[in-house]
Amino acid sequence: MPGLGTTVGRGGATTALTSLADSDAIMIMGSSMAEQHPVGFQWVMEARERGGKVIHVDPRFTRTSASADIWAPVRAGTDILFLGGLIHYAIEHDKWFKDYVLTYTNASTILREDYRDTEDLDGLFSGWDAEKKEYSPDTWLYEGSEKKRHPSQPAPGHHPADGGHGKDRGGEAGNTHQYTTDPTLQNPRCVFQVLKRHFSRYTPEMVEQGCGMPKHVFLEVAEAFTSASGPDKTAAICYAVGWTHHSTGVQIIRSAAILQLLLGNMGRPGGGILALRGHASIQGSTDIPTLYDILPGYLAMPFFEDDSTSLSKYIDKHSDKAGVWAHFDAYIISLLKSWYGDAATAENEWGFQWMPRVTGDHSELGYWLDMADGKMEGLFVMGQNPAVGAPNGRLQRSAMQNLKWMVVRDMVETETASFWLDSPEVKRGELVPETIATEVFLMPAAGQAEKNGSFTNTQRLVQWHNKAVDPPGDSRSETWFMYHLGRRIKEKAAREPGPKNIAINNLTWSYPTEGAIAEPVAEAILAEINGCHWDTKMHIKTYDELKPDGSTACGCWIYAGLMPAPDKNLPNTRESHDSLGHGWGFAWPKDTRILYNRASAKPDGTPWSERKKLIWWDPAAGEKGKWVGEDVSDFKPDMPPDYKGDPNKRGLEALSGDQPFTLHPDGRGWLFVTSGLKDGPLPTHFEPLESLVHNPVYPSEQTNPPAHKKERPDNPYAKSPDDPRFPYVLTTYRLTEHHTAGGMSRGLSHLAELQPELFTEISPELAAMCGVKHGEWVTIYSPRGLLSAKALVTGRMAPLKVNGKMVHQVGLPYHWGWKGITTGDVVNDLLAISESPNVRIMESKALVCNLIPGRRKQGPAALKELNKLLKERT
Amino acid sequence: MSEKMGNFEVQPGKKTAFFTDSTTCIGCKACEVACKEWNGLEADGYNFSGFSYDNTVGLGASTWRHVKFVEDTPIPGLGGNSPDHNSWEFSSDVCKHCEVAGCLEACPTGALVRTEFGGVFLQPDICNGCAYCVISCPFGVVQKNEEDGRAFKCTFCTDRQKVGLEPACAKACPTQSIQFGVLETMEEKAADRLAVLQDRGMADAQIYNPTHTSVKGIHALFLIRGEPETYNLPPNPEVPTIYLRDGWKSAARDGFLLLAGVAAAFMAARSGRKDGIHV
Amino acid sequence: MIKELLSKWPVYQQIKNRSNGNGSESWSERTRTLQPKTAGADVARSICPYCAVGCGQMIYHKEGKLISIEGDPHSPISRGHLCPKGANTFQLHTAPNRLEKVKYRKPYGTDWEELPLEQAMDMIADRLWESRDNSFVESKEGRAVMNTTKVAHLGGATLDNEENYLIKKLFSGGLGLVCVSNQARI
Repeated sequence: MPGLGTTVGRGGATTALTSLADSDAIMIMGSSMAEQHPVGFQWVMEARERGGKVIHVDPRFTRTSASADIWAPVRAGTDILFLGGLIHYAIEHDKWFKDYVLTYTNASTILREDYRDTEDLDGLFSGWDAEKKEYSPDTWLYEGSEKKRHPSQPAPGHHPADGGHGKDRGGEAGNTHQYTTDPTLQNPRCVFQVLKRHFSRYTPEMVEQGCGMPKHVFLEVAEAFTSASGPDKTAAICYAVGWTHHSTGVQIIRSAAILQLLLGNMGRPGGGILALRGHASIQGSTDIPTLYDILPGYLAMPFFEDDSTSLSKYIDKHSDKAGVWAHFDAYIISLLKSWYGDAATAENEWGFQWMPRVTGDHSELGYWLDMADGKMEGLFVMGQNPAVGAPNGRLQRSAMQNLKWMVVRDMVETETASFWLDSPEVKRGELVPETIATEVFLMPAAGQAEKNGSFTNTQRLVQWHNKAVDPPGDSRSETWFMYHLGRRIKEKAAREPGPKNIAINNLTWSYPTEGAIAEPVAEAILAEINGCHWDTKMHIKTYDELKPDGSTACGCWIYAGLMPAPDKNLPNTRESHDSLGHGWGFAWPKDTRILYNRASAKPDGTPWSERKKLIWWDPAAGEKGKWVGEDVSDFKPDMPPDYKGDPNKRGLEALSGDQPFTLHPDGRGWLFVTSGLKDGPLPTHFEPLESLVHNPVYPSEQTNPPAHKKERPDNPYAKSPDDPRFPYVLTTYRLTEHHTAGGMSRGLSHLAELQPELFTEISPELAAMCGVKHGEWVTIYSPRGLLSAKALVTGRMAPLKVNGKMVHQVGLPYHWGWKGITTGDVVNDLLAISESPNVRIMESKALVCNLIPGRRKQGPAALKELNKLLKERT
Repeated sequence: MSEKMGNFEVQPGKKTAFFTDSTTCIGCKACEVACKEWNGLEADGYNFSGFSYDNTVGLGASTWRHVKFVEDTPIPGLGGNSPDHNSWEFSSDVCKHCEVAGCLEACPTGALVRTEFGGVFLQPDICNGCAYCVISCPFGVVQKNEEDGRAFKCTFCTDRQKVGLEPACAKACPTQSIQFGVLETMEEKAADRLAVLQDRGMADAQIYNPTHTSVKGIHALFLIRGEPETYNLPPNPEVPTIYLRDGWKSAARDGFLLLAGVAAAFMAARSGRKDGIHV
Repeated sequence: MIKELLSKWPVYQQIKNRSNGNGSESWSERTRTLQPKTAGADVARSICPYCAVGCGQMIYHKEGKLISIEGDPHSPISRGHLCPKGANTFQLHTAPNRLEKVKYRKPYGTDWEELPLEQAMDMIADRLWESRDNSFVESKEGRAVMNTTKVAHLGGATLDNEENYLIKKLFSGGLGLVCVSNQARI
């Protein structure tokens, strides 16, 4: 989220899949889109058939590379180096889109005199606290921006317990609507000059040396991509977890967003950045989050700090004067109203004091380590399988024995549910069922065909699925489970009134139910999410109607308008009437399909070109002119292009008519981010936490300085760089034929037969070096564990020449576990638990390993082998 | 049903065909799964073959669509769409629904028939499991299910076509690599596509439709790059009964020649299959 | 007799009639009246549960039973297509490994037991209430905390928005659970 969020304002994909068909070039990186999103890939194929160039940058030659025009091999974990190379190329070769950059980005904004770049401090930015391993972002502010925070509090977006999803990102540390510019871009302290200097090391030679990508290939990609941008052309970038699963993940996405701003591709048809999400509603599960650090609509959870002692302080902290976030108060108060109903009043701060405070790292990996340390009692797992899907599987599974109780909800018996019964630890004799106290409830869950509800897809499109049949036996939807669990809990709480139970006692929880199983009516919940005027119960039509006075309720402000009337469930509309799919579903916000689309027109409101028009200003439309065209405008619909922002006003009217990025207080896309990113205002190449290579860009800073390694005896690391015991790079991925941790594919015959066994992809050169034969067993190990897989020896896994040395990469798809029709070792047992500084994600795409021919030992003997290897390694 | 169910509507009285364009295939195997889902087919087994990403290995009694994977060594800078180099090819194979069908000619029970759409349909309620069709197919498509005892192959989704629906594989195919429609239209599409690809410099592109042999054309056209053998497609498939045409005299002699001819064709088709992964 | 048998032999027909195959005279009754299994079924409009492309699905069902799940050609995103996983959604719902009963493992148990659903719900409510009760912190240093860090939730990216909404609302907004997490990060 913060990669895109800090740069352009929202963390969601900026464009729509269908718009890819209009691209003149598409770069897919950190994704094998043809494999993981095959149906979405039809739009890439359509662009290709229309003459667009398809570029795939990936360590492996995949099915995506096989459909691309250019395959650019890259060493896993060097994404920023490559993208920085493209930024460098665009600037050096004058490929950047000047008219766009000058008006629509903060290129001309002057930075503070005391800002120091990595170029000055050899890999560090100013503000680094070596002891705390944290940055203070004070020196990153615009010149003239006032610092907003209280001196004793962490800067917004820089709280040590942050999870990176909240509104706490992108510059709340200062009043960024106050700034000065140099439109000539000559001032050495203007963002453009700082950017140019920051990326000056990212030359084609550096890319070749660090990424292992031949220089001529890099230049071919650079020329193809940057030439496909400008007034008459647009290029798009698609990414997935191949970018996010790194200790620098957020900054990789930042690099791409900077490139797209420089080339003028944001907000335009065929342009933008398409985040390819891997689960049906992964976008939805951050919009309406089951995450610790945010509330629905990316409102920050209150933290245990002075700023959250009163609602007004909390609102002050998170509001901006200009732009969409000026109305933060209306969004949060409407949410509180929606949760606490009539009990929420102005006198009790709408129930703000009843809400829990974040007191630490409550992210999945954070609390799982607490679980390993015996600090947790209970756990609900719903539709996730961490015993297979989470890093350091041995630690993950062993930690669950410290729980008093656990509830797993799934359609099948997952490895997580049965960790105590038949896990590798049980087979090795490390865990003994008779000594594990954990009580486990495995609850059968309904599938999507058996329930009503909505998913939010990869392009922010909310789509409704209608129930076809009843769920079998005792299986139930999560809606049913939560509603009926809540009903029971509320009965208990009602018997114990008092301050401790004030929130649960005041929580609104009356949903109509239907049918023999008393299934809650999902549309009633959708209506609550949409919101209403509290007195009349009239549905909210857009979030502009929300008020900070308790007169409106809204469960998720960005979703407001998806059910504008009781009989209008827009996610369930299925009459698409244009190429962007309007009439089919509802894309937040306000059914906008391409975000920041004001940028699809010139500053004067006319399209950049006939070929690339999307929305434009029509002075004759409406009363005094209107933005019209093929999409809902992501801009004040009646604000003329020549409107000058009024500094005395709040919200959108404080911005000007040529400022498309309305989530930012200066209305511009941020090449430079003033706060909210814990590892710096500009992306910088660092090596993965485990690497074979010395950082070629900044030799004195090997890894991302504020990354959390969580190193401990049960989560050990290789020495990095150059641990002779682990001479190869390991990267993990998915296959088309399976789904994530396998719960939805491994037990199904039609999918299981297509990829029936765990295999590893290695090059013929590496196979020869290690004595591994095609089709035979190989054992792969890391400092955390070992596994066996069948060897698929293939030229698609080419070794790369890095800094004059051959680097071999080992590929492992991670779908297998010990349940289902086809079983196999758990690949994530090799990974370390680590947390990227911004969003606390692990690094699964680049680490180190070793391999030996033959199969690992089975049963109790496996423990001996594992211990021997672990001992050798420490 | 008022809702449109598919992307192609079969017109009564028109002959239909598949057109499978390997240059837009992404090797996802949606066709294999959609076929198995629609027809309720079993898995073939759960064996890691080592042949690239192909683990179902070939068409069979319970695999009526099969994606072939052909690997070559990639070259940095060249994607698989490059005209110069073809690094990883995918092509979805299926029953050819021959104009002159060896299986149909060999069937002694009338289980194999030609449908109103021009496809060759194996009637499971008639088949007695003699397997003459198995050895008579010049493409090695028809296979016997040893447990069930009967022979099986692609039905051309005749059940779907009867109500105007395209076959399940063609409908699912994410990139429209498998197209389906009126035979003449598919032939035109294939010719147009070939012209486009040749124009892009893909000199090795060709249409596979053996009209020049006794098979006299097929209802499953393919557009491929490189040689047909690479995709298990025999360059000169012959209907075994061509050896019988001129000498329809005694059943014994016919039977002998039939078997010999079929065996030869079968061996020829099988040998193409060894051409798997290049490592 | 022999002639009758011969007449059924396609090759005989073909040679005799100089046609390229069997005509409708060889169609069985089944073949003649062949209908797709979806004939007469109802359709529910749905969305694929696998990745986030969000392909449209049409779910054919008859008398409370699923018949077939295939792509929805009206979807502007998927145009009726599905990938192998999406094309397998029928099997996802109907495979024999599907759970239909609550499975319960008591402390130190060595195998699963079955539990009635309502009893399981009561037990879960009791466990949740007790753990929260034991660990809830109302305030610290005179400031509101109102949380518990002892009970956690994991999962959400495969669930509906409405489900996630209830989870966040009840667990965080009602009970003060802060350890709420799912697959989604960036």
